[in-house]
Amino acid sequence: MITIDSLNKQYHTPRGSYHALRDVTLQVKKGDIFGIIGLSGAGKSTLIRCLNRLEEPDSGSIVIDGREITGLATHELRDARKKIGMIFQHFNLLDSRTVQGNVAFPLELAGFPRKEITRRVAEILDLVGLSDKAGSYPAQLSGGQKQRVGIARALANHPEVLLSDEATSALDPQTTRSILELLADINRKLGLTIVLITHEMSVIRQICGKVAVLDRGEIVESGPVDAVFSAPSSATMRLFLEHSTLLQGSGAGI
Amino acid sequence: MNEDLIPMLLTGFGETLYMVVLSTVAAVVLGLPLGVLVVITSTGHVLESPRLNRVLGTVINITRSFPFIIMIVLLLPLSRFLVGTTLGATAAAVPLSIAAAPFLARIIENSLKEVDRGKVEAALAMGATPLQIVRKVLIPEALSSLVLGLTLAVITITGFTATAGAIGAGGLGSLAIRYGYMRYREDVMFATVLILVIFVQGVQWSGDRLARRINRNQHRLG
Repeated sequence: MITIDSLNKQYHTPRGSYHALRDVTLQVKKGDIFGIIGLSGAGKSTLIRCLNRLEEPDSGSIVIDGREITGLATHELRDARKKIGMIFQHFNLLDSRTVQGNVAFPLELAGFPRKEITRRVAEILDLVGLSDKAGSYPAQLSGGQKQRVGIARALANHPEVLLSDEATSALDPQTTRSILELLADINRKLGLTIVLITHEMSVIRQICGKVAVLDRGEIVESGPVDAVFSAPSSATMRLFLEHSTLLQGSGAGI
Repeated sequence: MNEDLIPMLLTGFGETLYMVVLSTVAAVVLGLPLGVLVVITSTGHVLESPRLNRVLGTVINITRSFPFIIMIVLLLPLSRFLVGTTLGATAAAVPLSIAAAPFLARIIENSLKEVDRGKVEAALAMGATPLQIVRKVLIPEALSSLVLGLTLAVITITGFTATAGAIGAGGLGSLAIRYGYMRYREDVMFATVLILVIFVQGVQWSGDRLARRINRNQHRLG
């Protein structure tokens, strides 16, 4: 379970400061796929990066599985991060390492013995369907395959939570679909809690159980996806819904 | 007249090679940590420390401002202290490595800065320590660029050895000046320059080849 309580984050720029996050309070239950949607600049990325403190919040607290992330000292934070997987929009794989080497990376950092690493890497590559690419370099892979490596790397060290920072935004619709299927599959098989941010309604629709809408740093609406979709209370959500039905409608009308 | 030329050139080239290798090794030992520190203490990096960063940057800039020949003179006492003499190739390696280290640090800094921030962030998100990020992310990801930088440094140091040769370091530079310039031995002048040209070409060719080899996997499309 993830509990976010009155999280605030301000950015100070030469032209003044602005609130990236304003009193964000959220709860994510264990085993949920929780989507956070918002327009660009809404603070989604800041929010998800606060969860493993790639960004430091100014105030408020984050508790993941009983451990207060916001209160950890540097070395404790490093240990906690080993149990929080993260995937990225631009994959962020190491180009100098093969697929196998990339997936082994977090296990090396955690100090696993070589034999154990080899075994685990093979197991997890099988899970994401990339066993035949173990010896390839990232440059030889498609975007979808790269994200599968990213997912395998994030899962290697048995995390309790997976953070997805716009993981499908750089992918085409078909690839997005297959990556989301993989995430849903992992969520079912491993009971892994997934928090994802996106600006695409289709992502929320396809795999999320719960959704929160972020607008200019504030949560303007949250709840089960069905409920929010059938009776949106925020202007932002209505706008998102209008857009996605408009697109569907124009397709059906031709 | 010509019989003495070959052994003389061989000895000279040996001394040059010795100075270049020794100074390069020492410059890497000094310059690599310096370059790495300048990168990781910069704003937003894994060991952010604006004060230390400014100090290191200033030290590098000041050391780099000295014309090399002045550097040699200034460091004569240090050479005497470390090597026991101010003459010869080993003594010359002292100012050579101290002059090359900040230059190399800047080259290393440029290479490491090219590594995508996203990769560093991913490693941080996996709980990597700053040292692990340097060893397992920054250096391996920048390796081919580092090799090219080191090649550049070797060639620059080779040039410096000729200057050092002018004031007692030995090597091909010393031959060119003592025989070629002072005694009008055009054959010596020509031969030393020819050897240096071939040597520099060889170093560059090897460096390019090695960098390409490292890069090949990473950019081969399949």
